Amino acid sequence: MPAGDSRIRVKRVDGVSQVEFVDRNILDEGNIQIIGQELAAIINAESGPRLLISFGGVEHLSSAALGTLITVNNQVRARAGQLRLANIDPQIYEVFVITRLNKLFQIHASTDEAMKSFTA
Amino acid sequence: MTSPASQPGAPVPVEATFDVVNDPSSIDAVQNRIIEAIERFEYPKASVFAMRLSLHEAIANAFRHGHAGLPATMPIKVSCLIGQDKVVMAVEDQGPGFDPASVPDPTLEENLERGSGRGLLLIKAYMASASYNAKGNRLEMVYRRP
Repeated sequence: MPAGDSRIRVKRVDGVSQVEFVDRNILDEGNIQIIGQELAAIINAESGPRLLISFGGVEHLSSAALGTLITVNNQVRARAGQLRLANIDPQIYEVFVITRLNKLFQIHASTDEAMKSFTA
Repeated sequence: MTSPASQPGAPVPVEATFDVVNDPSSIDAVQNRIIEAIERFEYPKASVFAMRLSLHEAIANAFRHGHAGLPATMPIKVSCLIGQDKVVMAVEDQGPGFDPASVPDPTLEENLERGSGRGLLLIKAYMASASYNAKGNRLEMVYRRP
């Protein structure tokens, strides 16, 4: 995929892949599919992947995006990895609460807090 | 968009109906027009968030489920009636309809990891009411100003 089409930004910090989203609104199903593919590539690149997805700047998130996050969670687990979510806007966090997905994911207030939660 | 008669001094209600095909730009354009009209009524930010998400989920469900197997060029109908105290939005597809009771509860422990089924849950959580017609191909959502 050409770099210009990427829907995420990734940086590697202390063995953790920190992911941010390019878009403020994660609603379009085509973009969500691309995000899923890009995250799968990161997860499959190593065993025991450590992935931190930051939602800073994200204003809207659809149920299709939640479905992709569940898939990502399963992929990480299948490779004995760790997934953390962070920097979720209160309105979007409410979406996680309504769907009870706040029980499924490890959600942290900040990147720093999420980074500290990874185990060796 | 048209504007039915309103009480003197109150903002003029807005009523509109759109045909929408399964194309991101077409969907975005209609969603944005409706949300911009809602914003003119100065609903709180959280209300606009709730209505944008609900409208998006209703349209996505109409195409993903209602129009499954049908041509992308076949339009759905999206309508709205925006007033000072409430907003009514409806999404109607041309599919065979479905039984909303058949959607598994995604909040149950055994369904938490299912990839789908959360759109209608979110709509029902955010709207004052959300109901399908008897055929199951038209969803009407009502939001009341908090």
